[in-house]
This record gives sequence, C-alpha cells and structure tokens, in this order.
Amino acid sequence: MIGDLIDGPLWYFSAAVFLLGVLWRVFEILRAGVARDLAPPRAGGSAGAVRALFSRFLPRRSLVKTGKLQLIAGYMFHLGLFALLFFAAPHVDFLEERVTGFGWTPLPHWAFIVASEVAFAGLLLLLLYRLMHPVTRLLSSADEYIGSVLVFVVMLTGCLALARSFEVLRLVHLFSAELLLVYFPFSNLMHAFTFVISRSYTGANMARKGVNA
Amino acid sequence: MNEDFDQGLEVLNGQIDARVSSYFSSCVHCGLCAEACLFYTETGDPKYTPIYKLEPMRRLWFQRHTLRGKVAKRLGLSKEVTRQDFADWEELVYDSCTMCGRCSMVCPVGNDIVYMIRREREGFSKAGYAPEGMKAATHRALTIGSPMGVTLKTLRAVLVHVEKSVGRPVPIDLKGVDYMALFSSMEIVNFPEYIESLSRIFDAAGVSWTISSEAFEATNSGIQIGNREAAAELVGRVVNAAEKLGVKYVISPECGHAYMAIRWEGPNLIGRQYGFEVVHILELLDQLRSSGRLKLKDKTDTPLTLHDPCQIVRRGGVIDQPRNLLNEVASRFVEMKDHGDMNWCCGGGGGVSANDRAEPLRLKVFQRKKRQIEELGVDTMVTMCANCRIILEEGLEHYEMDTEVKMKSLTDMLAEHLEPSPG
Ligand code: SF4
Ligand code: SF4
Repeated sequence: MIGDLIDGPLWYFSAAVFLLGVLWRVFEILRAGVARDLAPPRAGGSAGAVRALFSRFLPRRSLVKTGKLQLIAGYMFHLGLFALLFFAAPHVDFLEERVTGFGWTPLPHWAFIVASEVAFAGLLLLLLYRLMHPVTRLLSSADEYIGSVLVFVVMLTGCLALARSFEVLRLVHLFSAELLLVYFPFSNLMHAFTFVISRSYTGANMARKGVNA
Repeated sequence: MNEDFDQGLEVLNGQIDARVSSYFSSCVHCGLCAEACLFYTETGDPKYTPIYKLEPMRRLWFQRHTLRGKVAKRLGLSKEVTRQDFADWEELVYDSCTMCGRCSMVCPVGNDIVYMIRREREGFSKAGYAPEGMKAATHRALTIGSPMGVTLKTLRAVLVHVEKSVGRPVPIDLKGVDYMALFSSMEIVNFPEYIESLSRIFDAAGVSWTISSEAFEATNSGIQIGNREAAAELVGRVVNAAEKLGVKYVISPECGHAYMAIRWEGPNLIGRQYGFEVVHILELLDQLRSSGRLKLKDKTDTPLTLHDPCQIVRRGGVIDQPRNLLNEVASRFVEMKDHGDMNWCCGGGGGVSANDRAEPLRLKVFQRKKRQIEELGVDTMVTMCANCRIILEEGLEHYEMDTEVKMKSLTDMLAEHLEPSPG
C-alpha cells in the first residue's frame, strides 16, 4: 500500500514539485533583468558566454595547488554521480519507462561499482572538508548539510537496492529520491541548473571587455 | 551626500539584478574564491573570503528575491539586515577588497564576485557605512575636481616645468584635435614625468592632442566608494569637455580605476554612448608602434618584470599591448608566475589607498607581491598605473626592499627609448 503510494502518486508529486520549482527559481532569477551595457564592446558576448560555460569545468592553473583536495573530491563526486544518475542500469530503465520513452546502453556492473565508490568517496571528502576547513565552515549553512546528507542517503539506498535487489530497499531508495526532488528547488542544489546562467553572464560580460573569463 | 540606513538598504536591494540573483543562487559555498584573494591568503582569516564579504547583500537577496526567503523571514528563520551588520561588514566591503577581480576568475560556478562588491558598495555608501578617507576623497573630487585636491592652478604649475623640459608648449583647450589626454591626480602630483613622456612621444609620433582645462582628472572616487550620482557627475565632466573640444578620442592615463570608470562604466553611468572613443594610453602607444609611428631605439638589458594593474588588464582587457611594448625596449623581460589576467593585486586598488585606516592590512597583504618579486629576483618592476606604483613603492620601502627593486612607468620607459625624430 505504502509501496504503491511511493511508486505512484508520490513520484508524480515530487517530479512535479521539482519541475515547477526549478522553473520558478529560474524565473525568480531572470525576472530582475540586467541593464544593457552601453560601453562599446571589444567583442561580442555570446562566444564568451559559451566559452566560460565550458572553460569553468577546468580550474585555473594557479588554483590547482591550493584547491587540490576540493578539486579532486569535486570531480570524483560530480562525475561519479553523473554516471550513476544517468547510466546505472535500473535508472536507464526507469527513465525510459517514465520520462524519455527511449533507453540507452547502461554501465556494466563493475563500472557501476567503480562509479559509486568514486562518488561516495568524493561526497564524503567534500563533506569532511566542509566541516573541517575554517572557510567552508564559515560559509556553510544547514542547507549544504541537508543537501549533502540527502544525496548521501539516496546514493546509499540506491547501492543497497541494487546489491540486494530487494523490493523494500528499492522503495526506500525511490522515497529518498523523491524527498531529494522536493527539496532540490528550495536549496543550493539548484546550482546544477543555475551555473549555466551565472557562467554565461560572467563569460559574456568579460568577453565584451576582451578577457577570457 | 545625504546618508540614511533605510535608503541604503533600498539602494542595496535595487542593485540586485538577474546577474546577482544567479550568482547567489549558484554559489555552492566551496570557498575556492578565498584562495584567489590576497586578503585571505596573506592573513588566513576566513572572514576575508570574497563571497563572505557579500553576506548582507546575500541575505537581502534571499529575503526579498526568493520565495523560500520570504517564507523564512516570516517564520523568523532569517535575520533582518541591520545597521549592526553594515557596521560589521564595512571593513570587509571596503578595507579588504581592492576590487581586483581575481576571485571572479576562479569561481567554479562562474560568479563575478567583484561585480557584486561594486554594487554592494552602492548600498553601504548610501547608508553612510563607508570609510572616512574615501568619503573625503569623493567630496574633494566633486567640489575641487580631484580626490587629492589638485586644481587647474597646480596642473598649470606642473606644465610650466614640463614645457621647459621638452622645449615646447603643452596644448591646452585646442579644438578639433584628435586626442584629449586625462591624468590622475597621482600623476600630476607625484609623477609629472608621465606628462613629459606623453608630450615627447606625441611630438615624435605626430599625434595631435590637447588637455582640457575643464576636465583633466581621470579618476573616479564615486565608483570606488559606490555612489552612482557622484560617479556619473565625474564622468559627465569629462564627456562634456571632450565633446565641447570635438576630439575623436579621450586617452585614459596610467591609472587602473580611471580606465574602468571612463571606458567601461562611464556610458552606463550617464546613460548614453559618447561622441568619442576612449583608449588607454598603452592601447594607443601599441597602435602607434604597430603602425610604425612610434619608433623605438635600443633595448635595456636590465632584468625586469611587469606588474599588471587589475583594472587595466584583468578587468579592462588591455593584456597584450603592454607586453608588446615592453618587449620592444627590454631584452630581459620576465613574467611573474601569476601574471596577465591572473596577476596578484598591489593591495591598493578599489579605494583602499585612499582609506588610511586600511594601511596596516594593506601592508600585510603586500607580502604576496613581495614573494612574487623575490621569486623572480629582478631589480626593476615596470607598471602602467600611478596608484599601483605608489603602493608598490610604499610596500617595497616598508619591507626595506626599496634599495634592490626600482619602479618604473611603462610610458616613461618608452619615452626614454624614443628614436629622435629626424626633424
Ligand atoms: S568560489 Fe564561487 S561557489 Fe565557491 S564559495 Fe566562492 S562564490 Fe561561492
Ligand atoms: S576582488 Fe580581489 S580583493 Fe576583492 S574579494 Fe575578490 S580577490 Fe579579494
């Protein structure tokens, strides 16, 4: 009975909150607008926006040494999570069935194990760093911790569900994912979408001045 | 300037545009921006983390521009921004930020942090929470015409010496010439050689130019303190003078913030494009070099390096020109490890040099530049900003390095290597 709820209405509810919430947040950002820049530019902004969108996936050379731990942990977590989210076999089936209507080649089992270990290690390292470094400790609020813990729980239940192929575990995993979906638009997890806007604004503005940002 | 906390808060709120909203929404509080900021790296104090300097603005954004913030405020879960917050953050917003923009280059989500600091200052200055030194400089700029109190009389006195030295008059208020030159007060008072160098180079290259007696000051204290009206008034004076003389170009001098003010912020402050173009002096000199009008003889073999003024290079886009020019006159030019758009600031930009109480902190963070110079082991440093130059000279003196390392202006250096014109 609870299983049906989690598998049915709750899933649609959380997916709707997620979708509408994300759209609302994007609207909230864009509605204030940006004044047109009247200074004659050296170059157009669009190319700069696209460049920054991709170039910021890589760190600046002078930051590689000082930000080493965070950069490595950040890559591990994000790449691992991306692989799990879109290429774990049950996810491919789930997305095909409920979202896209088509499927794609999933990760083989061993790659799934590697991806989940990398993602777990990355997430834990990031969380430890956040708790221990004076700068991140000062900056962090409950939001970051709740987000990290939720993602951790979703990943953990997902791995358990796959390892045991046990229906209850699958439902626990789905339920925690639904919680995450509902929490997502109201949190800093939104950076997964808004980074496109912020990088583009900065890239365009700096390109107009003749600087590759 | 009338100051009022509530108005300041409203002004701050008005500064939150889509860019600011996207930046606060994207910040993952990773702290990487701290590693790019000399105020953090040289003190180790987490309060100097760039994004933390924006905490009052972030809270206002959260409470007024997001649904969840509005709810949180209703429920008492998000604290109001108070006078005490402004008082507590004043040092972070002004004393510990030179607006160098280095943090903006490293943020993984692409936040232009200094864009927000520039805007945050608008709210702080309106609310009356700005350093006295900067308030006084802005007042002098508006009433006397220069943040350092330099008047036309002072300039004329300096020009008498320049004319004697170069052997011909310096053109004032000439109509219909191509270029109108601006100066920073720092140049007029401390480095009048710059005016002399300009005069010699322009003579040799056949550049028609003038100085306006109505607007010769290029710096803009209004931008540094964050007062749009004052900033627009100061830009407006230059624009009026240039349009009255009918020049095609206005030359921004060896001053970083002046370039930012007149080239990039100016049109937005007065709400229209100018009837002329703005060029930085080094852009112009590089154009003259590449077109063969600026002829340089011999190269010095003294090992030297270049200090990039943040507003000209990283925030202004004049990156290659100084290097092209320096390579023409120096055979042993070496770059610092972090240079160009990732250069480290001298510590005196963004109005910090006009803020007396910030001096101990400024000298402390100068250690970053000190290490950069020591790593290279050169004994001459060239730059193209009079403010950077003063700050660097003070820093070198403070750390007793002034006997080993000398500062030079790039324009002066080019003038020294000028090929004498045949006539
Ligand atoms: S580097 Fe960017 S994302 Fe990280 S704390 Fe600073 S502003 Fe936020
Ligand atoms: S602009 Fe420069 S001084 Fe200001 S916070 Fe960023 S890195 Fe620090």
